[in-house]
Amino acid sequence: MKIRDHSELFKQQDYQEQFERKKEFENPWPAEKVREISDWTKTEEYKELNFKRENVKINPAKACQPLGAVFCASGFEGSMPFVQGAQGCVAYFRSHLSRHFKEPFAAISTSMTEDAAVFGGLNNMLEGLENAYALYKPKMIAVSTTCMAEVIGDDLNAYIKTAKEKGIVPQDLLIPFANTPSFVGSHIVGYDNMMKGILKALWAGKKGEANGKINIIPGFDTYTGNYQEIKRLMAMMGIEATVLADVSDTFDSPNSGEYKLYPGGTPIPDAMDGVNALATVALQKYSTVKTTDYIQKEWGQKTLTLSPIGIRNTDAFFAELSKLTGKPVPAEVEAERGRVVDAMVDSHPYVHGKRFALVGDPDILLGMMSLIMEMGGEPVHVVCTNGDKHFEAEANELLASSPFGGNGKVYAGKDMWHLRSLLFTDPVDVLIGNSYAKFLTQDTGTPLVRIGFPIFDRHHLHRQPIIGYQGALNLVTMLVNTVLDELDRKTEGSASFDVIR
Amino acid sequence: MSTTIKDTQKMIEEILDAYPEKSKKERAKHLAANDPTGQCTTCQVKSNVKSRPGVMTVRGCAYAGAKGVVWGPVKDQITISHGPIGCGQYSWWSRRNYYNGQTGIDAFGTMHITTDFQEKNIVYGGDKGLDLAIKELRGLFPLGRGIGILSECPVGLIGDDIEAVSKRVAKEINIPIVPVRCEGFRGVSQSLGHHIANDTIKDYVLGKGTLEKTTPYDVNLIGDYNIGGDAWASRKILEEMGLRVIAQYTGDSTINELGIASKAKLNLIHCYRSMNYICRTMEENYGIPWMEFNFFGPTKTFDSIRKIAGKFDEKIQKNAEAVIAKYTPLMEKVVAQFRPKLDGKKVMLYVGGLRPRHTIGAYEDLGMEVVASGYEFGHSDDYKRTYPDMKEGAVIMDDATLYEMEEFTRRLKPDMVGSGIKEKYTYHKLGVPFRQMHSWDYSGPYHGFDGFPVFARDMDMTVNSPTWGLIRRQRA
Repeated sequence: MKIRDHSELFKQQDYQEQFERKKEFENPWPAEKVREISDWTKTEEYKELNFKRENVKINPAKACQPLGAVFCASGFEGSMPFVQGAQGCVAYFRSHLSRHFKEPFAAISTSMTEDAAVFGGLNNMLEGLENAYALYKPKMIAVSTTCMAEVIGDDLNAYIKTAKEKGIVPQDLLIPFANTPSFVGSHIVGYDNMMKGILKALWAGKKGEANGKINIIPGFDTYTGNYQEIKRLMAMMGIEATVLADVSDTFDSPNSGEYKLYPGGTPIPDAMDGVNALATVALQKYSTVKTTDYIQKEWGQKTLTLSPIGIRNTDAFFAELSKLTGKPVPAEVEAERGRVVDAMVDSHPYVHGKRFALVGDPDILLGMMSLIMEMGGEPVHVVCTNGDKHFEAEANELLASSPFGGNGKVYAGKDMWHLRSLLFTDPVDVLIGNSYAKFLTQDTGTPLVRIGFPIFDRHHLHRQPIIGYQGALNLVTMLVNTVLDELDRKTEGSASFDVIR
Repeated sequence: MSTTIKDTQKMIEEILDAYPEKSKKERAKHLAANDPTGQCTTCQVKSNVKSRPGVMTVRGCAYAGAKGVVWGPVKDQITISHGPIGCGQYSWWSRRNYYNGQTGIDAFGTMHITTDFQEKNIVYGGDKGLDLAIKELRGLFPLGRGIGILSECPVGLIGDDIEAVSKRVAKEINIPIVPVRCEGFRGVSQSLGHHIANDTIKDYVLGKGTLEKTTPYDVNLIGDYNIGGDAWASRKILEEMGLRVIAQYTGDSTINELGIASKAKLNLIHCYRSMNYICRTMEENYGIPWMEFNFFGPTKTFDSIRKIAGKFDEKIQKNAEAVIAKYTPLMEKVVAQFRPKLDGKKVMLYVGGLRPRHTIGAYEDLGMEVVASGYEFGHSDDYKRTYPDMKEGAVIMDDATLYEMEEFTRRLKPDMVGSGIKEKYTYHKLGVPFRQMHSWDYSGPYHGFDGFPVFARDMDMTVNSPTWGLIRRQRA
């Protein structure tokens, strides 16, 4: 028997008639009024009104600090993310991350309610630590905060000290913490704060002999494929590297018929020894600002920020690493470069002169802009809800550095409803963004390449790297085939429906 | 006390042994062996109390209940997540409350609208910004029929007066503005959020809609959020019975529908937990009786159709029998196709709202047995309605933790588990067939005669997927 689910069922005539009948009760607007307003939202006049908005965000592309904090905290061996505050937040973080990665995600809440609002959250913290330690046996409990704990001013340092003094958890249990108010910054800042908090706790008293290793901090990078890739590249270079925080197993663990609460992560001794590394290389800038500053100032360790998305960025990455370690870039890496460049040369006719709109986190945007311009594509609208003035300046500088950046404009602090106006008044060929950008595709017909976070509606994209030369090849494949899919869609039924391209 | 009950109680005690003393004592009250007769006093679980800190509860918050469940689906209301950025982001179109309408023009369901609090809002308050935000939204979305302000934690903590802002601005812009005090720290779960949201429907919208004529057959479909089109499938049955559904609460609903509900003759409630409050209000204030029903699976659906028809005249009762006769062959065909593949399979459920009890019959229609069931945010009246539907000695769990669920799974060895997104991938790793029973795993509808074939198909693909057999189990 033919079974029809929602994707077909409601197109049936009986349901279409039901929907018509229901309007009697809905008090709907007349169809022509809806059409009139719909048309108006596509105009320059509407765009101006839309851009005057100062007090409300509509379809913003950013999340809050503690999401980034729990993400970061989960990348260490045996580490339990632990959030002081109301419990709904943690339920949301767990759902959000699971929807993207299709993986389980464990995190703890201290379930603060009205009484904690009045008396403070000390009791919640104490009982929370006791239960979490007994039930889930973590090696480390990484504490961050929701806005509730921040507004009432809970003192994490004092609370954790009390827990240890009272013997609720062992004295030597690692309990790093970070204040992560959701009304400051975004998830990338939360990542930064938590990373700094964790390094503070792990590195204290561990300064010793130089180990010659390199620390790699990926930043708020939701591509598990990138973690595998960076480790492969470091091995090829013969560089001993420690990834801090290595979330690749957390969010992409093999199915062995067993649920592992702590499926991997950076081993704690390795993470501790990071203080003795030769240097720390951050693969994102805007999610590691405070951490790299801390490493430099507090520990006098050299830090580099090298984001290897696109050819020139990856070139710089290898050149700098080679300079830093004295190790040459191996021939295999050069061959990989040659292959992706060959692919870009082959595909350039379909990307050259194409206009792009991009929305996402700052570092991904900068990398994608760079790659697109390397192929002769033009970034036109660059929307970064969580971008600050530093990002704006850097992005503008990047646009100015290429003849293909001349039509580009950067919109820091704007959202996807702003982008909707831009796509109507100044259309582009391709849109780059997360899953929620599909509503822009629905409204404006602009084809979407899903890059960034969250990606809920396509599977496994995060398992492939987008960094390094191999990552560039993956990105180029996605970009050019989206253009070609769109070309097919537009030429269906015409002579231009080519079979060879 | 029977041996099945004793065995289950022993298992529960073993599981509880891992807890520290205080939490052990507390959690013991929330786990029980089922006694369908209700005689066994130690078999009643405690519910609707605070979750213990640190245990990894699955529960959400009042905001999730008020915005995510009740107000979010009202399609022509502009719903503002008032406070910092996260809450609206994480609840953005995650419940699949389907609707018809043009998004951003005359409907707003798939949008995430927030005042995005910054530090200055915490220090100086958010009321002024809220006032301006409402006006900006009014300018951009002139066809919005109402505005909802769904408070996040800081709003209540810093002492903002969103009620005053609402009152003042509503006068200027002439559409209902509904302030909803659903800060996440209020109450112990989503549940209080449902209640708060129900109360605001009563206070700001109910009784204010336009309906030209009424008939003796006017009913409201309450507590159906149209997940994957559920409410549409249920409405189809009610309409075929000759009833006139004047309002859906709140799947695919409009402000006007919420308003005219007070003119119905009967309230039909599916999710009792989240909407019994508005039914009681309408009973007290408008004399409208209400009844619970269950449109999952043919047995319960036939039964419910007859009970609903019993509230009306012979014409409706005749129609009801005709509807049952019409769909019986189709339902038999579904059962004939899927029951052989599912017969005797054991199910463990841990969900919210109505599903821990309402889906039992549908599983039984397919020959499956629910061996454990529990609610994230149920109250004692939910559990009282559940005990008789489950076998003696089955596990009843309230506000279960990740640890407990894993342990029950290990010991009960269910053939499939139905729970939420946070549990889904844990079970995938365990190699235990799993179906999300909040979002229908992006499938649906599951309600009514059009929903049951989809339900049966989905449970079959869950239990019988060949992918489970590919897992190579590592021996410890």
